[in-house]
Amino acid sequence: MTYEESPVSLAEAPTRRLNMIEAINDALDIMMERDPSVVVMGEDVGYFGGVFRATAGLQKKHGKTRVFDTPISECGIIGVAVGMGAYGLRPVPEIQFADYIYPGLDQLVSEAARLRYRSAGEFIAPMTVRSPFGGGIFGGQTHSQSPEAMFTHVAGLKTVVPSNPHDAKGLLIAAIEDNDPVIFFEPKRIYNGPFNGYYDKPVEPWSKHADSAVPEGYYSIPLGKARIVRPGNAFTVLAYGTMVHVAAAVCAEKGVDAEIIDLRTLVPLDIETVEKSVEKTGKCLIVHEATRTSGFGAELSALVQERCFYHLEAPIERVTGFDTPYPHSLEWAYFPGPVRIGEAIDRLTKA
Amino acid sequence: MSGSSTRGNMPPLALHVPEPKFRPGDQVDYSHLSIPEAGAQPRPDEQCAAAETQALCFDMVRVLGDDHRAVGPWDPKLDAETLRRMLRSMALTRAFDDRMYRGQRQGKTSFYMKCTGEEATSVAPAMALASDDMVFPSYRQQGILISRGYPIVEMINQIYSNRADKLKGRQLPIMYSAREASFFTISGNLATQYPQAVGWAMASAIKGDTRIAATWIGEGSTAEGDFHSAMTFATVYNAPVIFNVVNNQWAISSFSGFAGAERTTFAARAIGYGMAGLRVDGNDPLAVYAATKWAADRARSNAGPTLIEHFTYRAEGHSTSDDPGQYRSAHEREEWPLGDPINRLKQHLIALGEWSEEQHVAMDRELMDMVKAATKEAEKNGILGHGLHHPFHTMFEDVFEDLPWHLQEQSEQAIHERRVKWPEWSEEGKQP
Repeated sequence: MTYEESPVSLAEAPTRRLNMIEAINDALDIMMERDPSVVVMGEDVGYFGGVFRATAGLQKKHGKTRVFDTPISECGIIGVAVGMGAYGLRPVPEIQFADYIYPGLDQLVSEAARLRYRSAGEFIAPMTVRSPFGGGIFGGQTHSQSPEAMFTHVAGLKTVVPSNPHDAKGLLIAAIEDNDPVIFFEPKRIYNGPFNGYYDKPVEPWSKHADSAVPEGYYSIPLGKARIVRPGNAFTVLAYGTMVHVAAAVCAEKGVDAEIIDLRTLVPLDIETVEKSVEKTGKCLIVHEATRTSGFGAELSALVQERCFYHLEAPIERVTGFDTPYPHSLEWAYFPGPVRIGEAIDRLTKA
Repeated sequence: MSGSSTRGNMPPLALHVPEPKFRPGDQVDYSHLSIPEAGAQPRPDEQCAAAETQALCFDMVRVLGDDHRAVGPWDPKLDAETLRRMLRSMALTRAFDDRMYRGQRQGKTSFYMKCTGEEATSVAPAMALASDDMVFPSYRQQGILISRGYPIVEMINQIYSNRADKLKGRQLPIMYSAREASFFTISGNLATQYPQAVGWAMASAIKGDTRIAATWIGEGSTAEGDFHSAMTFATVYNAPVIFNVVNNQWAISSFSGFAGAERTTFAARAIGYGMAGLRVDGNDPLAVYAATKWAADRARSNAGPTLIEHFTYRAEGHSTSDDPGQYRSAHEREEWPLGDPINRLKQHLIALGEWSEEQHVAMDRELMDMVKAATKEAEKNGILGHGLHHPFHTMFEDVFEDLPWHLQEQSEQAIHERRVKWPEWSEEGKQP
């Protein structure tokens, strides 16, 4: 049952105020309870409950053979997850930081992604790889990367990026239930509260945000369905993860009537929602934190140009991180913050 | 070019680049290989501490002696019927290889890989394992499928990538997948199957199952990180898995020295991980059977994983795309001190009075006819490049469980292109 099909409406469902971590923990707990084939593994995820606490309490509740620590070997973690999937389990490996995923890349790209195809459906890889990603936490160049574009380039992988606790729970449940391998990137800057892009202002907790109202129990949000965060007519904003909040804050500050779309899933992409919006507004701003060249924004820009060209009234704007490694001390110079986004909005508005 | 240090009183450093003993045209002398006497190796208890197998990592488990008799504690004492079945599976594997190799040369497919001389390393383990134990092979273990009675017509359909190919013509020839034979889909990327086998074995243990996993790799690809990840995970979780390293001396043109064989044995890789290890005469089917049985019993009783090095020789090229005459001496094959596995089992059965030259000739003829008939049967479904492939839309299936919009659009484009190229095409599957 998907959330949209739920007989209980959002207003009626009993909810709790959760942050992203708690929502993710809740999703894992619910799925482990519902499906005995779900196993959770990764570096430090067992007794300790994960370096970001996403798996806290799960080992105690579900046992050591279903929630366990692994050796520090991402190749091994993903490789054994492929074998577990072939057996019939539904593994949910955690890669501690997205920056560490590369040693497991061959097992993801050449194995998990193609198992169904190369065996004509005899074997599948129903795994969900969870991994904290993105910067803004002074993580330096090895704890801040946003490598989502690499995974969207691989035939056979789905890529999901939630932007709030409500979606994180519903999307993670959908990802775990999905019979294809899903890369589930969790923007770690917004684990504890939404981020408006002003790093020098106090952090606002999730509890003050509407999307921290997380329905209790089981629900899922279908992969491949974007969400219109704010309807508007001036221009379309395509964003995901942390940048949904930053873009929304800049738009609000400038008082522009933007239509803000949270893509939620990059592959499969909700092209229908994108097209409909751009056809209405005639202008498009694409925002992501990842490096610019061959980033997912390039794909989005190409799609909008190919499919909405005769509706466009201005060049598509693309706001991204710079094409450098994520620097430690100059983190906020790298981050596509209010100035970079604001100037792009000005160009769109004037066009 | 500067950059060298000026500390003149110290000897210059020297890089060692391994070089095989023999190159094309060289006379071959294998006297440097130490081949122990058959039957002389101790057989520890299957549940022993891993350390008790350390000496066996440098020794070589052998059962069949020069007199063709089975001797020593590793003799699996198989009955004559089982031995004949083993001989038949190995002979069928060889007959199949010969026919498929010819088929490739005749242009019926793009590629083939023989396992000549290595038949024992897949047929004997397959017989020692339970039929539902899961195997994660590399690319030269066709003997497992043959041993498990998988239809050879299906194998040929796959090799021809024809309309009856269960894998819909997607995989390079010989990259089989056979779930009903508990045979995992072959990757083509090396060593990836090693951690996957561990994961399957861990899952089996998580579920309290009784089935174990076994996997194969060539000595060359033990250099991959996946090999070492797999060894670590297997010992950390005491996974019920058997690791086979088929040391056939050559990884395409690179001899085993490029995987570290100049310094130690491949079985000895087990020692550093605290895993049981066995080094086996890979051309002795009874030794291979006995080692696998030992490791399987060990794994099934939660006593842990085992690494088995099968010391053998790749008698032919790496594949149909290879020419070993360019890099190794042709005399290696004839001088190989461990003989040929089929001939050794045949001579053993004859020595037992359970087989004869006449029976062997008759069996070979029967198997040849059988493969020929299967080939004809498969050819009815088409050969590579002759149009009898799977329909175009199947190219887009199985990328995901459901077809997303972008693949739907691309599928329509592919079908459109077909109509442009072949306007006479009809939906009924009549393709040029």
